[in-house]
Amino acid sequence: MRIHNGTRGYLVALPFHTKRLYLFLASILLLTWANLHGQEIKVEIPSDSVLAITLKEVIVISSFNRALEHKTQHKPLSTLDAYLESSSKLNMVKRGGYAWEPMMNDMSSERLSVTIDGMRIFGACTDKMDPITSYVDVSNLSDVHIASGQHGAEHGAVIGGAIDLKVEKSDFLPKEWNGSVETGGETNNNAQIVGAELNYSDERFYIDSDIIYRKADNYVAGGGEEVAFSQFEKYNFSANAGYKVNKGQKLTATFIFDEARDVGYPALPMDVSLARAFIGSIGWSQQKFLGDWTNWETKLYANTITHIMDDSQRPDVPIRMDMPGWSDTYGYYSQARLKLGQHRLLAKLDGFYNRSLAEMTMYPNNSDEREMFMLTWPDVRTLNSGLYAEDMINFANSSLRLSARLAVQGFNVADEFGLNSLRIFYPEMAQRQTRLLKSVSTQYQKEFEKIQLSTGISYGERAPSVSEGFGFYLFNSFDNHDYIGDPDLQNEKALEVNAKISVPLKKVKLGFEGNYFHTMDYIIGEIDPTLSVMTIGAEGVKVYRNLEYADLYNLTLDAEYEIIPALKATGLISYHRGTDQDGRNLPFISPLAYNVLVQYAKNGFSGSVTMRGAAEQVHFNPEFGEDQTAAYTVFSFSLGKRFSIGNDNLFAKAGVENVFDEFYSTYTDWNNIPRMGRNLFMTLSYAFN
Amino acid sequence: MKIIKSVFTILVFSLTFVACTDDGNDPIIAVEENPLADYNKLTSFSANDHTIEIYSEQNSYTIGYNELFFRIKDNVDEQYLKDVQVSLMPMMHMVSMQHSCPKSEISKTEDASVYKGFVVFQMPGNADEYWEVTLEYETGGQNYAATERISVVTPSDNKKRVNVFTGSDEKRYVLAMMPMSPEVKVNDFSAMLFKMENMMSFPVVEDYKVMIDPRMPGMGNHGSPNNEDLTFDSNNSMYNGKLSLTMTGYWKINLMVENEMGEVLKGEEVTEENESSSLFFEIEF
Ligand SMILES: [Cu+2]
Ligand SMILES: [Cu+2]
Repeated sequence: MRIHNGTRGYLVALPFHTKRLYLFLASILLLTWANLHGQEIKVEIPSDSVLAITLKEVIVISSFNRALEHKTQHKPLSTLDAYLESSSKLNMVKRGGYAWEPMMNDMSSERLSVTIDGMRIFGACTDKMDPITSYVDVSNLSDVHIASGQHGAEHGAVIGGAIDLKVEKSDFLPKEWNGSVETGGETNNNAQIVGAELNYSDERFYIDSDIIYRKADNYVAGGGEEVAFSQFEKYNFSANAGYKVNKGQKLTATFIFDEARDVGYPALPMDVSLARAFIGSIGWSQQKFLGDWTNWETKLYANTITHIMDDSQRPDVPIRMDMPGWSDTYGYYSQARLKLGQHRLLAKLDGFYNRSLAEMTMYPNNSDEREMFMLTWPDVRTLNSGLYAEDMINFANSSLRLSARLAVQGFNVADEFGLNSLRIFYPEMAQRQTRLLKSVSTQYQKEFEKIQLSTGISYGERAPSVSEGFGFYLFNSFDNHDYIGDPDLQNEKALEVNAKISVPLKKVKLGFEGNYFHTMDYIIGEIDPTLSVMTIGAEGVKVYRNLEYADLYNLTLDAEYEIIPALKATGLISYHRGTDQDGRNLPFISPLAYNVLVQYAKNGFSGSVTMRGAAEQVHFNPEFGEDQTAAYTVFSFSLGKRFSIGNDNLFAKAGVENVFDEFYSTYTDWNNIPRMGRNLFMTLSYAFN
Repeated sequence: MKIIKSVFTILVFSLTFVACTDDGNDPIIAVEENPLADYNKLTSFSANDHTIEIYSEQNSYTIGYNELFFRIKDNVDEQYLKDVQVSLMPMMHMVSMQHSCPKSEISKTEDASVYKGFVVFQMPGNADEYWEVTLEYETGGQNYAATERISVVTPSDNKKRVNVFTGSDEKRYVLAMMPMSPEVKVNDFSAMLFKMENMMSFPVVEDYKVMIDPRMPGMGNHGSPNNEDLTFDSNNSMYNGKLSLTMTGYWKINLMVENEMGEVLKGEEVTEENESSSLFFEIEF
């Protein structure tokens, strides 16, 4: 059925042009020169890596004072995916122009926790077309917190880390009415973006609302080739409110509605006619709690996702099919803090209940035959209850952070039809199962002179995902195999070691970071030659299996150079490696990657030049559908200017991405779909107070 | 108090989880006046001052396996005859010859006035050729025979449930699929195999093997895992095995019949080049 549609094999090796490097250097000089003729006023330069030394990273989406949205990103009003991609810790798997899937430490969805303000949400697509990050927009968010490895355990049982998307709130700031309107456009895919927000906030009450609409046509790859089925259209509305019941007691509520229609997935054989989410929560927080415990915060939440996949727009398919999916999650968390001498404790109780159901109906070419139906996710009910505790102990020049999570996770295959389907493979399979998930983590941080050192060791476990445990003939167009889940999989267990050192010299700051994951019972699909494919054109069937172990390494070297206060250059180079117990290369491991960013900001004027690239992929594995990805380098630049109009502000920004119209694709591009070619963008934001 | 609230929340969640229970069993149908009220009356005819009624779960005699129920009513006292010895002989009158078909003994059921057995019709009747059933029974020390013409048709869904073939041993066989309600699961799957000794005698063949390979021709001819070939079970004289159906829709169950020596009498393996065996059953659901 979902035959891969020949989007493979786009790769063309392009030589690196040193000329472009000169241009890049020249633009830095230009910015420097511009500065010499300006005034020396200290301006805060927004940066990705704002926290001095933790394994966390914060991507700022809206500015702190909210006057102008999204100005910290080189391209304001870009999709959330583009923001996330700018993070040094994240890579984005692309299946098209929309709904990219974040990867951290070379691990994706099932090994990460992605939350919205701590709320667990699970995508409704069996083919990972709808990562959680696709159900919010930049207009909803203030920042994104990225925690690597077991530092993400606060949000759930994870291996790779956690991404928490923080909803933007006025939070009782006495600003009264304020708002903004924004619009943007892009030339490559004719993208149009319109957004507005209106907020009211005083010391007792606030209500924030925002709305955003995006529409994009097919994008054009470097060299001018149009990438068919890469269009999308999306609208998002959110509102959140808070009410101070008493001093120190707050009642809050959040609601997000997000809907995307007519989303093309050029790398996949199917598109999405509808992806819709309703996300809501009610929270209560109060300063005082039991005894010396403070900052008590409780939230109840619910969300429901509908994902309708179809191939009605595709001209030739071997067989027509519909694949709708649904995911509903209900959950809560309650947490409190305690300060006790040098100790700062956090205790959190949380739980969620998720229902995942997906089906597939195929319409035979012979219309006399009945349609074919199967449940690809057999109405799996997941119940997770967890307890998390964290202690941060501060010493004179050092600190120690200890954390632990204990969770019980139960699965119930609620649909009889689905259970019987799975019992074709696993006749003895139980309808219910329960798993215990444990995590412990220690992190030690020390400061010598100005050198900061941090090192940690952790252990974490995760249960199989719904697809890994209960998936029924899920077609993966990347390796062209049908996948079958295995309900008897062992939990995946990772031992993690990390270290980071940061050396601030006079004008240069150097950082080196490394982590190593020794993952036992690593879950991955392995070919079962005895099984026959279901999907027309698929090469074979894979069943999820536990590898004996897998080893993943990530090494990053970053440098920051403050040329002058208004001009800053940052650079980063990273190395990644992933192998299993037999030394076999694991899929989706980044080749050597680098990026350099030069930013200038002064007097409301800002400019940036970015160079991003990767070396030729050396370690790849055709067994998992990979081929060698060629080296590439792309350049972008942007210019912005802020104007004051009375009390209000106007911010204009324009730029060019992929300046040299390079035709390229990266190791995360599903079936080698090429990335966007040269793209001019322009945004205008007007904020009123 | 706040902790109690949290504990309560957990409880609520746990209860929600536990509260999803399995479905109950089907209700038992109470048998009233006519013990065959839930079946279809296919034939009713009078002979010898008796009315013979033939019932089936199906609404017509179709080619393949037919389970039939019989009642004999005395037209004088309007009572159904109980505990009589009944036998059945189906016969097809063709243009140039006549022949019977595989059939069972007629046995008594829990209800003394109802008798049952099965017939495997190999072919449908047509304008010039037709089937007749003859019921022989004995009551009050006297033997009776009653014959009636019936109409045997191809099943309305046109799916193949019976095969008549000449094996590589030059013998004629009839292979019939047992009725089933297919579901997406590992289904119990049975068939009966008869050898045609002559026009009138079709004994059950024992200890052969029927190999099955279910495929979906509408979807690249994919198969399914964990099927079990059919082997002979002397308890019910059937060939029993397991049939996995991974989705609803049209399935072709390719067959190969092997004798006790392991020699293939009929049927071919399905391969890339050979899409189908010459011997097959069909299921659509
Ligand atoms: Cu999908
Ligand atoms: Cu099929």
